[in-house]
Order: sequence, then C-alpha cells, then structure tokens
Amino acid sequence: MDNESQYSGYSYKSSHSRSSRKHRDRRDRHRSKSRDSGSRGDKSVTIQAPGEPLLDAESTRGDERDDNWGETTTVVTGTSVDSVSNEDLTRVSKELEESVPLRCTRFAGPALGGCLSLFALLTPLAFLVLPQALWREALDPCGTPCEGLYVSLAFKLLVLLISSWALFLRPARAALPRFFVFRCLLMVLVFLFVASYWLFYGVRVLEPRERDYRGIVEYAASLVDALLFIQYLALVLLEVRHLQPAFCLKSAASTTWATSDFPVYNSALLNLPKSILSKKMTGFKVYSLDESSTNNSTGQSRAMIAAAARRRDNSHNEFYYEEAEMDRRVRKRKARLVVAVEEAFTHIKRLHDDEVASSPKHPREVMDPREAAQAIFAPMARAMQKYLRTTRQQPFHSMESILTHLQFCITHNMTPKAFLERYLTPGPTMQYQRESDRGRQWTLVSEEPVTSALRPALVFSLRRLDFSLVVTVTPLPFLRIGEEFIDPKSHKFVMRLQSETSV
Amino acid sequence: MSFIPGQPVTAVVQRIEIHKLREREHLILGFSIGGGIDQDPMQNPYSEDKTDKGIYVTKVTPGGPAEAAGLKMGDKIMQVNGWDMTMVTHDQARKRLTKKNEDVVRLLMTRKSLEEAVKCSMGGYANR
Repeated sequence: MDNESQYSGYSYKSSHSRSSRKHRDRRDRHRSKSRDSGSRGDKSVTIQAPGEPLLDAESTRGDERDDNWGETTTVVTGTSVDSVSNEDLTRVSKELEESVPLRCTRFAGPALGGCLSLFALLTPLAFLVLPQALWREALDPCGTPCEGLYVSLAFKLLVLLISSWALFLRPARAALPRFFVFRCLLMVLVFLFVASYWLFYGVRVLEPRERDYRGIVEYAASLVDALLFIQYLALVLLEVRHLQPAFCLKSAASTTWATSDFPVYNSALLNLPKSILSKKMTGFKVYSLDESSTNNSTGQSRAMIAAAARRRDNSHNEFYYEEAEMDRRVRKRKARLVVAVEEAFTHIKRLHDDEVASSPKHPREVMDPREAAQAIFAPMARAMQKYLRTTRQQPFHSMESILTHLQFCITHNMTPKAFLERYLTPGPTMQYQRESDRGRQWTLVSEEPVTSALRPALVFSLRRLDFSLVVTVTPLPFLRIGEEFIDPKSHKFVMRLQSETSV
Repeated sequence: MSFIPGQPVTAVVQRIEIHKLREREHLILGFSIGGGIDQDPMQNPYSEDKTDKGIYVTKVTPGGPAEAAGLKMGDKIMQVNGWDMTMVTHDQARKRLTKKNEDVVRLLMTRKSLEEAVKCSMGGYANR
C-alpha cells in the first residue's frame, strides 16, 4: 500500500502500474497534494486496470506496506473527497480499451471458424497435388475422365467458396455469453469429416503410394460433395430455422418507462426496444392504522371513515397538482427554448458564392459550419440546458453532441424546428453514439439456465450499467383457419323502402 | 301499438266494413297502404314505435268507399277478413285486400285515439 495517502476501510487496493515513470510521478504528485489537504476523512480512490498484478515487481517495500495498511484502516466517515483527477481517468480508460482480453474474445469464434473452413477448402487440392508432387512417375495415366472430374471439382469448390463468403463472413452483431450450439456442432462436424478423410488418405494413399490416380481424384471429389452437404446443413440450421417468428417479447424497463411490444424474428436473437415513453408511476397510499374498536357509536366511526376517505382524496389531489405543475414547467421551458433557437438561427446567413466579391463594404468574417454553430450556440445554450434538465434528457445529450447536431443542421439548411425535433420529441434514447465498449455491455439475468431456449411465460432481464429491461416472452397464437366459399353471383340486394300501394 | 316479441299483441280495435266499388274491371277500396315486414319501418310517419312493421293506411281517397266506411289516414290494419296483417309482407297485404272474388272487406283496425277514448270512458266508469 502506498503510505503517502490515507485510506478508509472501504478503499480499494491500488498498485503502481506498469506504465512509465512519468505517469507514476504525476500520480504521486497528485496524491501528495491531496494529503496536504489534510483530514482523516479524505478517501482517495484509484481504479485498477485489469490484467495487472496486485503487487507489482517494482514495489520492494512489502512488509512495511502491510503494516501501514493495517494501521491506517479506519471506519468510513461521512464526507469524502474523490481525488482522482481527470487525467487519471482518461489514462485508465484508454488502458482498459487497449487491453487485449476484451477484444480477442469477440473475434476468437469467427477466426476459428475461418481457419477451419480454409483448411477444409484446401484439403481436396492437397489430396490432388500431393501424389503428383511426391510420386508422379509411378502414377497411372488418367485421361479424359480425370479431366472431367477436375472441372467438376473446380466448380464445386468455387461454389463452396462463394457461398461460404456470402453466408458466414458477416460481422456479428452481438457478443453472446455462451457458445451457439449449432455453430459449434457444425464446426465439430466439419473438423471430424476433414480429419477422418485425412486419416484415410494418409493410411491408404500416402503410405502405400497408391497408383490409381483416378481413384484419388474421385476421393477428393467425394470430400467436396460432403462439404457441400455440410454447408447445406449449416444453411438450414443457422439461417432458415431462424426465419420463423415464434415469440413475442414484451419488455418493460425497470425504471419509470412503460412497456413496448414488438414481434421477434427469430427465437434465438432478441431485439432491443425502439421507443420508450416516460410515465411516472408513483402513488400516494394512505393507510389508516387507527382502528379503534372500543368506540361503538356508529356515527363516530362513519365520521372516521369519511375523514379517512377525505384524506385519501387529498393525497390524490396532491399528486394531480404536482403533475400539472410539472407539465406547466416543461411547456414554459419548451416555449423559451423554441424562441431562443429561432432567434439564434436568424443571426447567421448563408453566404453564396457570388456575394463574396459583391460586398466589400461589409468585411464580414467568413465562418465554416463549425464556427458558425459555436457562434450561435451561446444565446440558446442556457434555454437548452434548462429544458433538457427538466425533461431529464440531460445525460443523453452532451454539449459536444448538441454542437455537432447544430453544425449538421446549419450545413444542410434546416429550419430551427428541424434542429429542435431531436430534443422536443422523446424519440429512441438508446443511441450508441461513440460510447466506449464498456457502455454496450449488457448482462442477461435469468432464473432459467441461459443455454435453454425461449419458452412461453419466461421472464428474464437484460441489465446494463444504470438500468435494466424486464422481458416477458409470450407465444404467438396458433391460428385455426377454416374456409368458406362465397359464390360471386350470390351478392344480391333489395331496397328497403316504404312503398305505397293503392287498393 | 308496440309489441313485445313472444307476447300476444293486444290492442283496441274497430271493425270496419268496406264495400268494394266496381270501377271498370277493377274493384277498388279507395285507400293506400304502406308498411310490411319487408319494408323499412323507420320511414313510417304514422307509427308510434318505429320498429313496427305493420300495415298502415297512408292515404284515403276522398269520396271513396273507405272514407264512407270510416277509415282514416294513419290507421293500422290488424286483420282483413280474418287474415292477420301484423306480420305480412307488403305484397301479401295487397293480395289479401284485393281478392277478386270478394266484394266486402271486413277489417279490424286500430288507432291511438281509440285507446285513449276507451281509457277515458273506462276511467269515467270506474269513478262512477
């Protein structure tokens, strides 16, 4: 432990990182600054990058350090000051992003599959080439039938190559925690096939130096046929089976958002919800605990019941007025924002090419879109910030993103309303805009084992860092469809009138 | 004059006897009918209950046998010569009224004022 700073009982163990001395000096300097500020209640926290040993080889003060750690352990006090600087955080986050384990696992599966398929594709060619290379003189001459076989072999390999590329070489959309059973099965199958063919080849062809070349070519052709059939199996298992919609997933976020329904296209992949409404779900419940049964007069108990009912009514009123107040505030802020933005947009004007030369009397400073956006952002920044804070959209829109959006709107001649549409209408808030990989991490939490398939009335939740979605699986209904034939000539109509007949 | 399905229809009726008038080769009665179970009852201006699909008198020719017998516009015909007219089509009603071998048509008809008159007289009788 670093004995330059003081720790409370809940602090993390820090380590001297393996990074350069320069970083370490910077961190030590910063920590000594925090120590000077003084009180025992200061807590300093460092985030440890994964993959680094807790006790570094650099540190030599092992025993001393342990003793010091024991002495400075205290109970957590009330106030604490985070002494991690911004530089430390960016450095640590960069380390996390660059660390190897996170990236490798994503590409390990496809890489393995790619190697296996390449091996499988090159095997028939190897079967053909090896006898020619090793014992060419001893081979029986093989004329037209062999050439025919060569042609068919070539085309089948081409088809295999193209379809493998089309079907399997696609970037994966998600990294799932468990293996995909069918893909594993297929890879094992391919491996077994190719391995058994090689075994047979090695024992029967390479060892005795088989002379019948036509037989060898036919053997290679049979391997290619087998690979084609395995690819057909892969196509059916991996692609076609998924096309049938089987379940409907209803998801509700665990925070204050309402449910949204959407059909799922296949039972193995899940869709994320696209539109989320905000709805507050608090309720004021009043439980009256004074059940005095000693009082027998009905009049008094009736009065008490009435009073209790009135009390409940008042709390509902409170809720209503609070909601009304909130709505009013949002509308007021929205009005201010719209006016501010419209006024801001009138401050700049697009400069056309012919105007550059024709107005020498106004030496206007010509700005590019970025500068223009920054220039007009200032007057509307405050109104925008207040509105975003009121509608609780602040975490989703950083100043940088607002500026970028404004620049985009200015470049494409959009109206102020079009610029504001993104903030006024609560659209999809799951926007993965240049977040770090950590932000996209979802965790599947369920009572069922995660390898089991979806079934009706299953409930699981997808958890992220700050909230979670609770998903319910309901099966699509089974439709019982009968038939009934309607004769086209059977459509006859009668006028309903009040006819009058004289008798 | 409304009816409840499944229950017998009760009404205060008046018996009217109309002697047909021979005009060239036709026998005419001198009034027009409207209504029937195949007609639209909502368009009937004379019925109280707009779902009533009975046969109503829509016009009475002045000076004809029907007027002489006491038939008035808006009357509902309940029976013609013993044949029921409350659940017939318009064409069936016309046929029942214009049988060539019948000279006299005895019909039972009802109207709102009849019911009221009977009520008043009965009420008076009860008071007495």
